[in-house]
Amino acid sequence: MTEQTQHIILETHNLSIGYQSKKATAVIASDINIELYQGELIGLVGANGIGKSTLLRTLTSIQPALSGTISLSKKPLNDYTSIELAKIMSLVLTEQLMSKNLSVFELIALGRQPYTNWVGNLSDQDISVVNQSIAQTNLSDLKHRKCFELSDGQLQKVMIARALAQDTNLIILDEPTTHLDMYHKAYILKLLQKLAKDTNKTILFSSHEIDLAIQLCDTMIVMTNDGVIYDSPCNLIERGVFETLFPDDLIGFDEKTGSFRVKK
Amino acid sequence: MKTKYTYSFIGLSIALLLCFFVNISLGSVSIPIKDVFNSILGTSDNENWQYIIQDYRLPKALTAILVGSGLGISGLLMQTFFRNPLAGPFVLGISSGASLGVALVILGSGLFGGAFATVLISKWSIVIAAISGSFLVLLAVLIVSARVRDTMAILIIGLMFGSITAAVVSVLSYFSSAEQLQQYIFWGFGSLGNLSWNELFVFFGIYLLGMLLTIFSIKALNTFLLGENYAKSLGLNIKQSRLVIILATSLLAGTITAFAGPIAFIGLAIPHMTRQLFHTSNHKILLPAVFLFGAIVMLICDSIAQLPTSDYTLPINAITSLIGAPVVVWLLVRKRKMIF
Repeated sequence: MTEQTQHIILETHNLSIGYQSKKATAVIASDINIELYQGELIGLVGANGIGKSTLLRTLTSIQPALSGTISLSKKPLNDYTSIELAKIMSLVLTEQLMSKNLSVFELIALGRQPYTNWVGNLSDQDISVVNQSIAQTNLSDLKHRKCFELSDGQLQKVMIARALAQDTNLIILDEPTTHLDMYHKAYILKLLQKLAKDTNKTILFSSHEIDLAIQLCDTMIVMTNDGVIYDSPCNLIERGVFETLFPDDLIGFDEKTGSFRVKK
Repeated sequence: MKTKYTYSFIGLSIALLLCFFVNISLGSVSIPIKDVFNSILGTSDNENWQYIIQDYRLPKALTAILVGSGLGISGLLMQTFFRNPLAGPFVLGISSGASLGVALVILGSGLFGGAFATVLISKWSIVIAAISGSFLVLLAVLIVSARVRDTMAILIIGLMFGSITAAVVSVLSYFSSAEQLQQYIFWGFGSLGNLSWNELFVFFGIYLLGMLLTIFSIKALNTFLLGENYAKSLGLNIKQSRLVIILATSLLAGTITAFAGPIAFIGLAIPHMTRQLFHTSNHKILLPAVFLFGAIVMLICDSIAQLPTSDYTLPINAITSLIGAPVVVWLLVRKRKMIF
């Protein structure tokens, strides 16, 4: 037990998320209890509008929790300064880059910002970390290309490399597979799985690729109307959680193949 | 990678020096090159020439360098900050604030009475009016921007303040005499000359402060290239960086408007020209490049504006657009792709 608890990176206890205004409180999900371990790949799935983004926004300290606690490496999330947080948690977001006129190397090097001096000069160590991230994401050939020359799949790899260069225990990705074709969806998620194993980082991503997530993730967070369930993919299938994910008039979950089928 | 830019920077620095000397040697009185150098060093035999060079042309050329580089850099700050290629140094309403101050002094003097008015309209009173005008608008923008989360909202707020001041200027113009209006319009043409060494020192002091703040923002500016949420996730203090960037822009654009009038176009165009030629949006390279480019372009524009060998001096504001706009169009057409 003590052995295991040492490796918990992110932990929530009775977390309740949603939006609070002066007039009313809109609770989106409550009683969220998750424990993310070091070196794990965790998929966050759920139907549109169920609150995946709200959960990620709360876990990344962009919006406050309604109640309950979030602790990151045994310390409450709110106790971190933004610069401390930047050294523990890195993000890959869905928003477009403002400027694609940087080279791949320059963009990945921006991940070193929390460690660089006031003018942002890279030390030898910074450069070696950046080069390592480039190697781990197989981007060596594209190193000196400009970002506007890249395909969506390549750009997503660059953004993942940037998060790696930030050298954090936890990487959180918001829908990293949108806009990608089937091959690149699998490629990106497979890459995340490899990175989690090789670098011993905890990687949490939200996705609509439930089939792929079931095959690749160590554990999954499933958000349903009945609550938030956190377990390994096999257990989730056994418990029949995926059947409850969507309304049952159009698609159904096939337990044998671990995928959804259109009903005839 | 570094050597690639080193040559460009050496080239630009030489071009700047060249433009500086060409600018000084041109003017309504033709002075031989040798005497131009002697006059700068204070060893010329001809007192008139020495006076022209030391007290007129030299301060004017230095003003051109400060104005060009300052406007270019504040334009770059605003374009990165607002993620908008159409932004320029005056989007925060700084020039409209300055215009309002100047309009109140020149056009409003009729309302305050004759004797008072003649005292008011001196060079310094216009400078002070312009500075306080832009400072007040800046203050209003800062107070409002501290309350809004969205950076785009600040852009719109700046535009709104601009409209309000423009409206007040219109009302003032309506009640003004033709003579006052002419004086106001002449201020609007912009002017690089007429600055005494004392004024230049004050100008340079504030300019330096703005530049220092800009240099301290380089890291933040590069982080902003990823977008605001990424910047936040990298531990950047968004509110503080915002404040520093707005303050730097205001100091630069505000003093320039105060001393040289509302000079258009340079602030918008120079960052675009620089990006097209340097192929990067890394501010560590862009910032010095914009500095050199802005200074060079302003010196060239000023050299043309004083119409060599003639007694006329064209309004600098017209020249900057006449020369600059076709260059930007040409660059964009040639490269077929806007780099931002």
